[in-house]
Amino acid sequence: MIKVDSKFAKTISKAKEFDASACLNCGVCSAVCPMGINMLPRQLFHYALLGAKEKVLENQETIFSCLLCRMCEENCPADVTIAENVRTIRGYINREVFGLSRN
Amino acid sequence: MALPINNVLGILVDNLIKRKSVLRLSKHQVTDWSRGLNIPKGGQTVIYTGHMYQLIPSITAMAGKMAVFENSWITKFFGVGRFFNKFINLAWFMARTDPEETRQYNNMLRNIARLLQQANIKFGYLYGEELYSGALIHDEGVDDVFKEHAQKVFAMFKRNGVKSVITVDPHTTNMLRSVYPKYIEGYDLEVKSYLEVLAESNIEALQTLDLDVVIHDSCVYARYENIVNEPRQLLRKAGAKINEPQYAEKLTHCCGGPIESFFPGKAKAIAEKRIEQLGTAGNNIAAMCPICLVNLKHAAKNENIKIKDISEYLAKAYIGVPQSTESIRT
Repeated sequence: MIKVDSKFAKTISKAKEFDASACLNCGVCSAVCPMGINMLPRQLFHYALLGAKEKVLENQETIFSCLLCRMCEENCPADVTIAENVRTIRGYINREVFGLSRN
Repeated sequence: MALPINNVLGILVDNLIKRKSVLRLSKHQVTDWSRGLNIPKGGQTVIYTGHMYQLIPSITAMAGKMAVFENSWITKFFGVGRFFNKFINLAWFMARTDPEETRQYNNMLRNIARLLQQANIKFGYLYGEELYSGALIHDEGVDDVFKEHAQKVFAMFKRNGVKSVITVDPHTTNMLRSVYPKYIEGYDLEVKSYLEVLAESNIEALQTLDLDVVIHDSCVYARYENIVNEPRQLLRKAGAKINEPQYAEKLTHCCGGPIESFFPGKAKAIAEKRIEQLGTAGNNIAAMCPICLVNLKHAAKNENIKIKDISEYLAKAYIGVPQSTESIRT
């Protein structure tokens, strides 16, 4: 069962660079990913938009495995800024889970 | 057990806050490449290395250790390591850098500066005052620490009256040209890669490059900064024939380097895949990013494949430097 954390969803989606809602779910990103990461970015972004915090946190290794190479973005028909979205999720984990923040 | 992301990243973040770099380098390590080149201190236009080439020997040494630690019991103690690193820079004790590798990467910077001099570009250098750009910390999403560091870098340029910056690698180019303006109000530096500066100049080849070169485009130059034509233009102008590998230009394939710090095994697998693609197009490979270069070099098993920084090919053609023979001793 997926637990929804609305505060988490709000924090992620209010980040001004997070545009995952434009995703068409076509799967081109996963097909061209040099890392062969299947769950990135479609499934991950849906978890984030839904507020499925536990599901997102379960996939920390995948999130930090992204090369930020933008091969997915180059091929994305909806021009989603996928690498920036991954960075936004990394930022959340750094602050809220790892405690890596200046303040 | 994989490397603990929180503690590895924590060490890098602590270093940037405390030591202004992810792996602290001495001023000698940062500036030694410039010895004897008579580059003036400061000026309105400066070459900015961002320390990327100088960091490679330390990254190689650390990566070797990390690859051993990956999947070992020792990962449980990274938290202890992070604690002590706050007081003593552990990188200095972790691994020794290879003097030959240091010489090679310093030579690449020397070649780049000499190419700019040959093209009659007037530029200075900030020597020991120069800081790292913070690229790795930005990529990992530690934005508040990155912002604070970026402001220090911008202040360094302003304090020295710099208006225009010539960068030498893709990551630093991207930080200064496209990322810093999002974090710093009133950011007004003009930023160009040395490849763009040389392509716009009237530099002429002194020697013909009579060889086929396979270009490995950097993801960051090609997809982030739209630098695709300049390296090709400069090599072709010198007489080289360009062979394009599978996945080239804006559809280039990553070298794996960006995840080296956390997942050395995965990074190596990506590099091996890329080497295979490049090798089918030819044996002389030109990389234009020090991270790509070191990662591909470490993954190449076939001795016939020669991977060099593009500056080495350009130096041979435009300033007549025999490849791999000119050296400075550190």
